[in-house]
Amino acid sequence: MREKLIYVLATAASLLLARNLAMIFLHLPDEASQGMIYRIIFFHVPAWWTAMLGAIVALVASVLFLVKKDFRHDSLAVAATEVGLAFLTIGLVTGTIWARIIWGIWWTWDARLTSALICWILYGGYLILRRTVDEPTQRATLAAVYSIFAFVDVPIVWFSIRWWRTQHPQPVFGQGGFLEADMKSTLLWNFLAVGLIGVILLLIRLQQEENLREIDALRRETHAIS
Amino acid sequence: MDTRNFTFMFYGFLAAWLILVLYVVTLVSRERRIKQEMKSLRSMIEDRGHA
Repeated sequence: MREKLIYVLATAASLLLARNLAMIFLHLPDEASQGMIYRIIFFHVPAWWTAMLGAIVALVASVLFLVKKDFRHDSLAVAATEVGLAFLTIGLVTGTIWARIIWGIWWTWDARLTSALICWILYGGYLILRRTVDEPTQRATLAAVYSIFAFVDVPIVWFSIRWWRTQHPQPVFGQGGFLEADMKSTLLWNFLAVGLIGVILLLIRLQQEENLREIDALRRETHAIS
Repeated sequence: MDTRNFTFMFYGFLAAWLILVLYVVTLVSRERRIKQEMKSLRSMIEDRGHA
């Protein structure tokens, strides 16, 4: 059932991506001051949104694990964190490449970029922490507590451009931002495409975590037999 | 089409897809390892069950 869902979502994501790429490169005009490079926005912003969604899913799953002690929630937390971290990396790297042209620098220690880097380090730390603890219950509990702690940085990243004066521009949606209608609709469609890729990776990773739990059970069984 | 900054736009798209592909490669290699380990553990249990 899950495998079928993955194939359906992958087909939908591929079609949507093909449509969006055609819009981005063949239909949309260039931006007056940035030239072609503004097109990075169509992957930079959706990657960040997907990463943030991953962090929210990880937070909810971690809280649920601590309340219910159900390992399925722990599996969801680790899967969402890992996939989220991949998209966080895409957001950071595409951002630095864009910054090199627009700001003339690869990096600046302003509130948005610094808090985003801290976010990346925190969630990377979560994955490292999981490797250091062998006992499954202890590992899941420690990881859940750590994940809740790590999430504290997420609203700081999100609101940093509103709370402080930063080099990073204001959001393109809502206050302070403006995007032409065609560009806005393409960006929204690409949120969906990138989000679908995120869901597909999450489902695959979730299956792997469930298989790893089964391996733990099989190992216990072999020890019991011997 | 205005070709200003084409190179850096290309780098940006390349980086995004490269990171995604690298992550998928790690997922595939992990999947292979998990399947192999499950198979060997199952056959080990079966062997011990027969013995």
